[in-house]
Amino acid sequence: MSETTELTREARAARLEGLGCRRKRVEDIRFVQGKGQYVDDVKLPGMLFGDFVRSPYGHARIKKIDTSRAKAMPGVVAVLTAEDLKPLDLAWIPTLAGDVQMVLADGKVLYQNQEVAFVVAEDRYLAADAVEAVEVEYEALPVLVDPFKAMTDEAPVLREDIADKKEGAHGPRKHPNHIFTWEIGDAAATREALARSEVVVEELITYPRVHPCPLETCGCVASFDKVKGELTLWGTFQAPHVIRTVASILSKLPEHKIRVIAPDIGGGFGNKVGAYPGYICAVVASIVTGRPVKWIEDRIENLSTTAFARDYHMKARIGATREGKITALQVEVIADHGAFDACADPSKWPAGFFNIVTGSYDIPTAHVTVDGVYTNKAPGGVAYRCSFRVTEAAYCIERIVDILAREVGMDPADLRLANFIRKEQFPYRSALGWEYDSGDYHTAMHKALEAVNYRALREEQKKRQEAFRRGETRTLMGIGVASFTEIVGAGPSRNCDILGIAMFDSCEIRVHPTGAAIARMGTKSQGQGHETTYAQIIASEIGIPADMITVEEGDTSTAPYGLGTYGSRSTPVAGAAIATAARKIRAKAQMIAAHLLEVHEDDLEWDVDGFRVKGAPDRFKSMKEIAWVAYHAPPKGLEPGLEAVSYYDPPNMTYPFGTYVCVLDIDVDTGVYTVRRFFAVDDCGTRINPMIIEGQIHGGLAEAFGIAMGQEIRYDEIGNVHNASFMDYFLPTAVETPRWETDFTVTPSPHHPIGAKGVGESPNVGGVPAFSNAVNDAFAFLGARHIPMPHDHARIWLAAEKLGLHG
Amino acid sequence: MSKIAVTMTVNGRQVERLVEPRLLLVHFLREELGLTGTHIGCETSHCGACTVDLDGVSVKSCTVLAVQAQGKEVRTIEGMAAPDGTLHVLQEMFREHHGLQCGWCTPGMILRAWRLLQENPDPSEEEVRFGIAGNLCRCTGYQKIVEAILAAAAKLRAARTVEAAA
Repeated sequence: MSETTELTREARAARLEGLGCRRKRVEDIRFVQGKGQYVDDVKLPGMLFGDFVRSPYGHARIKKIDTSRAKAMPGVVAVLTAEDLKPLDLAWIPTLAGDVQMVLADGKVLYQNQEVAFVVAEDRYLAADAVEAVEVEYEALPVLVDPFKAMTDEAPVLREDIADKKEGAHGPRKHPNHIFTWEIGDAAATREALARSEVVVEELITYPRVHPCPLETCGCVASFDKVKGELTLWGTFQAPHVIRTVASILSKLPEHKIRVIAPDIGGGFGNKVGAYPGYICAVVASIVTGRPVKWIEDRIENLSTTAFARDYHMKARIGATREGKITALQVEVIADHGAFDACADPSKWPAGFFNIVTGSYDIPTAHVTVDGVYTNKAPGGVAYRCSFRVTEAAYCIERIVDILAREVGMDPADLRLANFIRKEQFPYRSALGWEYDSGDYHTAMHKALEAVNYRALREEQKKRQEAFRRGETRTLMGIGVASFTEIVGAGPSRNCDILGIAMFDSCEIRVHPTGAAIARMGTKSQGQGHETTYAQIIASEIGIPADMITVEEGDTSTAPYGLGTYGSRSTPVAGAAIATAARKIRAKAQMIAAHLLEVHEDDLEWDVDGFRVKGAPDRFKSMKEIAWVAYHAPPKGLEPGLEAVSYYDPPNMTYPFGTYVCVLDIDVDTGVYTVRRFFAVDDCGTRINPMIIEGQIHGGLAEAFGIAMGQEIRYDEIGNVHNASFMDYFLPTAVETPRWETDFTVTPSPHHPIGAKGVGESPNVGGVPAFSNAVNDAFAFLGARHIPMPHDHARIWLAAEKLGLHG
Repeated sequence: MSKIAVTMTVNGRQVERLVEPRLLLVHFLREELGLTGTHIGCETSHCGACTVDLDGVSVKSCTVLAVQAQGKEVRTIEGMAAPDGTLHVLQEMFREHHGLQCGWCTPGMILRAWRLLQENPDPSEEEVRFGIAGNLCRCTGYQKIVEAILAAAAKLRAARTVEAAA
């Protein structure tokens, strides 16, 4: 009798450490010992170091660049400017958003810290010295930082290269500083519905410019082998395969001569999706010098040049009945894209999936316009820990719903409960075109409200407000509720592509003769723990213990092509590819088992880790035994080996959701707040590894806390960026960060092979409005309507001051 | 630039190198000694990714010159596990409690926690949070890091009690 049949079914299942197991992370073994291999750890013989000369101006013409003194310095190997890149056709590169951007300043600079020249030297110290020695003569130009002034007559024309271009990548342009207008929904019907509504509230809701700010900055090592004509590029890439394709298109090196390797990545959060000038310059420098070239951003460069997020200015108008039933929603957005439209959105979606802005509510009619404009700020507009522009949408709807609740005199939780899409309405077609796959919003909200004893909190708050009015306390209490719906897992090829490549993802699994396996995917973990969780999916699907499965990603020479990890797409898309590939293996295994047990395939049933003959429990073949036979003596007519590949084109997006409640106390005299409780109920469908899900929720909430309570990349009127260092840009420490309480519901996705929806970004999407609503809620009874983010102590104090609370 | 001879003990091993006086300790460790476990997150002493232990004090090695470590004892993440490979309790507890995700802050966080637990073997949650306030993490939201450090503290105390009793 084999070992397998001695163990109970439960013990066999537990041994797999499959779906639902709080499996300890495989990655941690190396990370806790400092043995991770990140880009800056790559050290090659003869490696040079590149560093940028950057513009001190927000907008200026370049009169002259003199590199002679720098070039003469010992240890300096090359200094590149736009003139050196022009013969290679690389002074400008296409962006993912259909625009072009400068790699090195060509005639002018358009934002502070823009790349002007690339110095290549023997080490990073010499490169930094030489950066100081490059002399650049600028002529300052008028600066445009206010996106609302971008399309005025007085606005300086920023992009002279396309000043006369009437048609952009996404339709007609209204002004030289205009990028696109994106419109969706029924304008006339929405206008009419709003006109008929008993109550209409309107508010300008601004989501400030913030930065994903992973603790590891961006960087790369480019190594061009002149003999073989091959380029190897290590880099902080969330989407290594797309980077290879882009590198091939730009460099004109054939794609098979390029190997892109994304090693361990120290956090990404959207920052590491794009192709940045540093990568291009390192590649060119390596080709020119014939030596490997490393480029690593410092923190100031990271915060001020690569990949800002948000900067959405949303004028929302919502209509309702006097009883609080929502009738219509209209949103007009001014989107500040900075100097180049380098947003990392699927190509057909210039405003991402902002049309998820109807949120969790059954809103009969809606209309959205988004106008993208250029300003003298860094380009980017990445999906910072969110699916494309979903964070902005969730913040917009969750704020305006709170304001509406106040207007109609309803509790904000009750107004939400009255307007939620009901469980039986799924799959639900929203007024702005999405088909929500599944949801049970009422249950999630009730769970959250009960956990914090919401009604008692409201009673306590009422008493506190009365005491405040009587002058007995100076502390106000705010209760913030947010019920978000995400749209993740981009996406179906019918509407999602990047540069024409459909947004599928992939998995290849090889089972070895001894029953161990290796699996490779087109995604790339930046801390999410794919090596751990992906193996769990396979373990449950084909009965091989997760510990016997190696998961590899990030090397384009070995991994199948995929679109990478961002927008919570790994589980919805690659996770589905994994399950699909595993099922192909199981199907072949079933043929082998049928042969071994001398029965028809249909007489077999899958049982945890092998196949059993129906009705004959003793007749069983384990996956381990089957794997051996696949290589040793496969049945006649069947190819040897046991492996499968799946490229998965998702039929729909997935729609994770949840309700968060934040309770805080605010000292009106100092603006200092204390977060008393933060309770998060999430529904991400099937849960693969609860431990990792909790970690993702905690981390996303901490990032939401930072955004809501203190982050803003701020520019002054002459284009100086004021907080591009950790001295000035708020990153919460363990002291400020609240304690998180979490719970969950499970509503599987009906179209995903294992019912999973993705989770990493939900807490950021739902967390920000929960915090902001709490601050607003604290002051609402005194007549405050909308206090904009970020809610740092000084600004909270100012809000109190404006309300006349300081006597 | 003229070079200066610098000698220090790193993870119990004496090392000697000729370095430029401006070389940062973190670059000395990473590039001269190949100890790449110590990471750089900001180069301005804010994030703590580069935290190492220097003569019994946690320091941010991105703002210490290598020459300032002359004759001193340095401990990095590579010196935390026992010579036979057995992980330090802190390393084990970080894994057990999911106190890390991308791994970038982890070496500095563990080094800081190691020193913290020598300064205060029985810290409260608040004291742990305050004690690691110089180390930023973007992934975990800190809660599981704090749990990991408190669990390691309890294990270390228990081990000492057993030792004392023996």
